[in-house]
Amino acid sequence: MLPSYAGPLETTWYYSFRVICALILLFLIAPILVVIPLSFNAEPYFSFTEGMLTLNPDAFSMRWYEDIINNKQWIHSAKNSVIIAFFATIMATTLGTLAALGLSRPEMPYRGAIMGLLISPMIVPLIISGAGMYFFYSHVGLAQTMIGMVLAHAALGTPFVVITVTATLTGFDQSLIRAANNLGATPTYAFFKVTMPLIMPGMISGSLFAFITSFDEVVVALFLSGFEQRTIPRQMWAGIREQISPTILAVATILVMISIALLATLELLRRRNERLRGIV
Amino acid sequence: MKKSLLLTSIAAVGLFAATTAFAGNLTVVSWGGGYTKSQVEAYHKPWEAMGGKKINSEDYNGGLAEVKAQVESGKVIWDLVDVELSDAVRGCDEGLLEEIDPSILPAGDDGTAATDDFIQGTLVDCGVASIVWSTVYAYDKTKFSGSAPQTMADFFNVKDFPGKRGLRKGPKANLEMALMADGVAPADVYSTLTTKTGVARALAKLDTIKDVTVWWETGAQPAQMLADGEVTMTTAYNGRIFGAQVTEKKPFVIVWDGQVWDLDLWVIPKGAPNKAEALKFIAFSTDTKRNADQARWISYGPVRKSAAPLVGKHAEAGIDMKPHMPTAPANFKNALQNDFAFWADHQDELNEKFSAWLAK
Amino acid sequence: MSEQVMAATPHAVLAADGTPLKQRLQKTLRRRKLIAAGLVLPLGVFVFVTFLFPIFLMLFRSVDNPIIHENMPQTVAILEQWDGKGVPEEAAYAALVRDMVEARKNKTIGRVATRMNFEMSGVRSLITSSARKAKKMQPPFKDALIKANPIWGERDIWVTFKRLGNEYTATQYLAAVDMRYDSDNNIVQQDEDRQIYVTIFGRTLWISLAVTLLCLVLGYPVAYLLATLPAKYSNLLMIMVLLPFWTSLLVRTTSWIVLLQTNGVINELLVWLHVVADEDRLQMMYNQTGTVIAMTHILLPFMILPLFSVMKTIPPSYMRAALSLGANPVRAFVKVYAPQTVPGIGAGSLLVFILSVGYYITPALVGGRTGQMISNFIAFHMQKSLNWGLAAALGGLLLVGVMVLYWAYTKIVGVDNMKLG
Repeated sequence: MLPSYAGPLETTWYYSFRVICALILLFLIAPILVVIPLSFNAEPYFSFTEGMLTLNPDAFSMRWYEDIINNKQWIHSAKNSVIIAFFATIMATTLGTLAALGLSRPEMPYRGAIMGLLISPMIVPLIISGAGMYFFYSHVGLAQTMIGMVLAHAALGTPFVVITVTATLTGFDQSLIRAANNLGATPTYAFFKVTMPLIMPGMISGSLFAFITSFDEVVVALFLSGFEQRTIPRQMWAGIREQISPTILAVATILVMISIALLATLELLRRRNERLRGIV
Repeated sequence: MKKSLLLTSIAAVGLFAATTAFAGNLTVVSWGGGYTKSQVEAYHKPWEAMGGKKINSEDYNGGLAEVKAQVESGKVIWDLVDVELSDAVRGCDEGLLEEIDPSILPAGDDGTAATDDFIQGTLVDCGVASIVWSTVYAYDKTKFSGSAPQTMADFFNVKDFPGKRGLRKGPKANLEMALMADGVAPADVYSTLTTKTGVARALAKLDTIKDVTVWWETGAQPAQMLADGEVTMTTAYNGRIFGAQVTEKKPFVIVWDGQVWDLDLWVIPKGAPNKAEALKFIAFSTDTKRNADQARWISYGPVRKSAAPLVGKHAEAGIDMKPHMPTAPANFKNALQNDFAFWADHQDELNEKFSAWLAK
Repeated sequence: MSEQVMAATPHAVLAADGTPLKQRLQKTLRRRKLIAAGLVLPLGVFVFVTFLFPIFLMLFRSVDNPIIHENMPQTVAILEQWDGKGVPEEAAYAALVRDMVEARKNKTIGRVATRMNFEMSGVRSLITSSARKAKKMQPPFKDALIKANPIWGERDIWVTFKRLGNEYTATQYLAAVDMRYDSDNNIVQQDEDRQIYVTIFGRTLWISLAVTLLCLVLGYPVAYLLATLPAKYSNLLMIMVLLPFWTSLLVRTTSWIVLLQTNGVINELLVWLHVVADEDRLQMMYNQTGTVIAMTHILLPFMILPLFSVMKTIPPSYMRAALSLGANPVRAFVKVYAPQTVPGIGAGSLLVFILSVGYYITPALVGGRTGQMISNFIAFHMQKSLNWGLAAALGGLLLVGVMVLYWAYTKIVGVDNMKLG
């Protein structure tokens, strides 16, 4: 806050700083929001028509949304995207959580190097991942299959789970487990009663990341998916390269809504977590 | 726990259903948009009505990459692919495609044997041509109030015909058109391009419009760019411009001078799962009737001599299709056939030179 | 020293069951290590099989050169003895004819011709046509081949043959840095009108650097604001940073197309405001500008988040102390606050830079002619030219670069400190 003794120079700077920040935040958010009204454009154009600016109801329409619903390809892609992302998330979360549990143990040998390798799917440029998978998956008959897409997306999603779960385990007192064991809990029981509640927020946010990674992924999909495995982003890519009808904007709007929902979930989780930690 | 189990099993069923839903169909791959639509209307629908195997129609952007990957891995998924002549020849040489015996093709409906009925050069070892298409340039007539562009040279004349240009991002057709605009006769274009100075001359001509050019990569883009006002003139596949003219009533005009025409052929990847059925489909879709029918949906010319007189009116707009064909005498005066042998030999080098030129 | 002796040593501490404690601890430690490793193993195997191994195999293609070696075995064997002077003896010509007949029968001659054509433009049809005639050729084959095409009487094609006959090759890596072998097997610069990849690598670095700097310039004030505002405001503003972070890359690229194109929102607005005339609307897309703008937008959250988490840990009292000690606000900021944010700057910049160099989708959609990056050329060689070896070599170079940066990142930031969201 601006102190009451601030001079004119400081006051000017204070407000211009705020204006600069507001502009930058506008730069971040405006492009995402601009597609939403445009997706209701009654005309097949990408800019605001006069009717839209004067809020004439005739200038707005749901026609592009009807287009999506009536288009078999979009529906098919949506189904594929959900199925692939769902299974990829389950695989990534399971494998990633196990690995994070191992990596968080102080006895883990070569910890840094192994962690570096496990995180690499997040770092390696997607074009290289896509090209590599293309050859290998073709060779073993997994290219242009749903299973191939699930495996590829699971691999891309695991780093997020490893990172988030490891983060919740930093500072985790391993003696809690020993205490549970000493009190007669079986390792499984101790895991579900002691470790699980602690890493749960990490698992959930990690799996959300894994989900969105798969749900948004297009480069690997370009190489691995055939016509039947087309996902929403793959279909969007084709749409943008072929002809950008406002249908793309309608799809984009729906995707923005999904992002908002995921973000809200994550935010609620974070608050709950903070509250719980506050009590502890 | 129970709920998630239920969810998992539902999803598992969905996954299974999604992977098996299309198995066993004939997978036919083509270029998408209005062209695929013409094939669906003229070939696929009557084929399925006749009791042929159900067709699963896929889109791609040309090239042999997918075919090569599928054949080399031994897991071929595609049954039929619509390719350009240079790819049909290259794929055949590299053993990626099945050989097709022309004796499976039916005679023309006037009784001419298939090998005589197809225009010379349209049957190759591994491919059967279906259409003649052309790279032309088109402009938006609302953008030119005075005189309108008429020759290939006008496309490069930014002084008299200002505005942005659209060109395909690749050397094919661009180098040829640049030379023709620079005064090289169509017959001399490829012999000029085999020399270093010839390529430099073509690129120098392209230099004159480099700064005002927007580059397109897929067949649907040029018409879209014209419609959006992103460019005022662009090269394009003639059928796509025709589609915009007729179905979307766009004020586009095609300039046929210096058109570069080519063939599209059916090929079968080596080891295709439904080879026998695919051969039947080729025979069916290239017979006289289907060959002429196809031209009722898009302005690509038939390759059978017996089909040419049967080309009629557009199926929906009802206009006469003959004057819109690349092969119509009025359009064909200053035409150049894409030389597949030249491109098979020189595309690697010219791709590099073109990319280097583009990047500068 | 045997176990018994150790046990007998009076100073050895014993565990409850009588074994020496040290040994037992070691055993437990080993067991724990095994458990830890066992937990990591499934993911390790999974990532190796589905990700690392495929990439390794792909990169192997950059040096693998089996086509001539496998399909022209007799010619390759004879050329191994050839000293590379003049043209080879009749035996080489005879072997070539035999190999060609065989390769034509197996339908592999096209692959041989294609491979040769990558190195010697234009020889493709010449090899396939000579191969077509090969079956009917009579000895002496040297004359027969030269009659079929005079190029067989020249040294160049034989040198190329011999070089490509090697099972492994460096030609792809040379090509990836605009070099080649000349006819005397010296490494020389590629012809000037074919030099491209060095330029593209340079441009990739330049665009990535520009994006990183822009992200830093735009991200720093926002991160500062977020870190210094009271939680109830900063949480709200944080959503404006996180929403783009969670929004699909394609959605954001689409938005920029909508905004930047000639008839897009920004141009319409400028025309409406009479800032630009209707006929000279700004070209903001299909060039480097479009790529940089869209990439900056997409990567900005990756800069803000690490900066924010570092700034959050800086106690505001430091600044207050500096101010009360008489430093003016600018000096206090530069001398006291900014140095403490360096780890955040490092983490954010490295992350943004690493992600930028591999960008593909955004340049492909809005990059036009001058906004293409190295990934776009890898995709081109993968999907269009089918020069998979060159694609692998370009990918290999890119990967090495990224790995070096990643290594630096883990050293500077620590892989544990990678924060998400």
